[in-house]
Amino acid sequence: MTNSGILLKCLRQLSSQNIIPHICVVGAGPAGFYATQQILKSINNVKVDIIEKLPVPYGLVRFGVAPDHPEVKNVINTFDKIAQDIRVQFLGNINVGRDITLYELKQYYHAVLLTYGASEDKKLMIPGENLKNVISANHFVGWYNGLPNHQNLNIDLNKTDAIILGQGNVAIDIARILLSPIDKLKKTDITSYSLECLSRSKVRRVWLVGRRGPLQASFSIAELRELLKLENCKTYWRSNDFKGIQDIVPNLARPRKRLTELMLKSIEESSFDNRICDKEFHPIFLRGPVEFLGFDSVENVKLSVNELEGDHFLKQIAKSIGEFEEISCGLAFKSIGYKSTQIDPSIPFDLESGRIINSSGKVEKGLYTAGWVATGPIGVILSTMANAFTAGKLLAKEVELMKQMPGYHELQKFLRKKGICIINYEGWKKIDNEECERGKKLGKPREKIVDISEMIEIASN
Amino acid sequence: MILAFRTIAFLKNYTRKCTNLRNIVRSTNAQFYRTPEFLHGEYEFQDPKTDDEIVNVIYVDRNGKKIPIRGKVGDNVLYLAHRYNIEMEGACEASLACTTCHVYVNYDYISRLPQAEEKEDDLLDLAPCLKENSRLGCQIILTKELDGMELQLPQITRNFYVDGHKPAPH
Repeated sequence: MTNSGILLKCLRQLSSQNIIPHICVVGAGPAGFYATQQILKSINNVKVDIIEKLPVPYGLVRFGVAPDHPEVKNVINTFDKIAQDIRVQFLGNINVGRDITLYELKQYYHAVLLTYGASEDKKLMIPGENLKNVISANHFVGWYNGLPNHQNLNIDLNKTDAIILGQGNVAIDIARILLSPIDKLKKTDITSYSLECLSRSKVRRVWLVGRRGPLQASFSIAELRELLKLENCKTYWRSNDFKGIQDIVPNLARPRKRLTELMLKSIEESSFDNRICDKEFHPIFLRGPVEFLGFDSVENVKLSVNELEGDHFLKQIAKSIGEFEEISCGLAFKSIGYKSTQIDPSIPFDLESGRIINSSGKVEKGLYTAGWVATGPIGVILSTMANAFTAGKLLAKEVELMKQMPGYHELQKFLRKKGICIINYEGWKKIDNEECERGKKLGKPREKIVDISEMIEIASN
Repeated sequence: MILAFRTIAFLKNYTRKCTNLRNIVRSTNAQFYRTPEFLHGEYEFQDPKTDDEIVNVIYVDRNGKKIPIRGKVGDNVLYLAHRYNIEMEGACEASLACTTCHVYVNYDYISRLPQAEEKEDDLLDLAPCLKENSRLGCQIILTKELDGMELQLPQITRNFYVDGHKPAPH
């Protein structure tokens, strides 16, 4: 290196010592918080602003995790600690892509990290999808969990049979909510309006339909076990679905083996089960949705009879054999997975897989991503955590401090001009407090506020 | 010095939190979801009182670095890790609802641990890089018999796609 080169490097270091990195995280869910935690660990003197579309934080921990799984929400305590760090600001009620563009954000921050998750449903693209009472899983979950967008879901629970298309853990959550004794749900933070609606529900039979076989089922064992143990509910398997499965069990890897063994054990037990129960759970395999039938509201679902093609069970695909089965149901849920959206046209986005194009969390210079918007909507919180740690660490390592950036200072000016009311963490704490107070009166941990203007009003008081 | 300050602040915070939690338990029993183990977080921050109590364990961090720790009988491996800033998360706070405290226990010791309960095994099935010696740290309580045990943190950054899905390179 020449003398002038060394001088330049020293100068750069000297000047960059005075520059505080301003980082913007878009999305206040688990990925956003965990990435922030990593950034805080890696850089001592830093400002991280976590921007959130809603006035309230925690993303899917608040709006996705089932109300009867409160222990999963303990992670909020960790997020709360992160948010209370003096280097961090929560900025709620800011919709990136509508209130502010990514380009504009980049003018205020040294780096932007996109962690806005996967909020859209995958579509089935079959006839009848628009009939009444064909409900997207995403909307139903949002409805009972108090997501502002879905509070007015048009659902009629005055039906005896419900079918759920898909066999992931969201599908299991929905089945459990429909089949659980209402008294169990009363003590949770489920929204009052949905509890009221569910208390009048006539649903007594729930079908859980998978295109492929038992070896490809995507629910996890704990979730299935919980459903099998449900009070006053009996499980009906189709033993035909399990032909030849017993022989394969010894060759399976542990998780798949234990899950399959649980199903086989349940089949055996159900043959001795003489209980008469109010509710029934019918998991069925090798059936693919073809059409929703009905005049105005769904009355039947037409399913193709499938067989599996391919050698290895993980790669086997479902193929229709040309025969069909119809199941009568007045209510149908589509639960075939989530996908992300491109909230700003400048984000390099793979529309097919529904995620941001990235390599280990890096999108391009100064732009990073983590969580479901980066990886696709799969995996437990550990996966999201690990992924967010990687992206956070990479961002902290690479962030370029060539010049001062205004960060929040200019952001708030810009948003104020547009009439956007920013909800900070203190504001959220007021909402939180009010929700817990309202919950106390109802004998539950919290009564969520679902109206955005009401949230803003409480936060601004 | 800074580290000492931090530790003190952390300790204070921790104690405060535990006391707060106790108050919550007292006032609103029905709304309390944390398992009693969480309250043991306070216990792990006490030094062993006698030599008899000491249980030496070694944490192996994600870079393979061995960190010997002087624990004591009754310590929860998750909270002991927290005390010494070892990167073991505990997202659900030992309520058996996540896998963020997944560890590998060296083989000589795995059989000395009580068998995992069904719920722990169910969760381990979701852990990436599951091995035969996988356990959840929050379920391991130190006993004299475990003196010398090695606890290795898994490489969580790899293989976080379930069911073998490999993301295409871009």
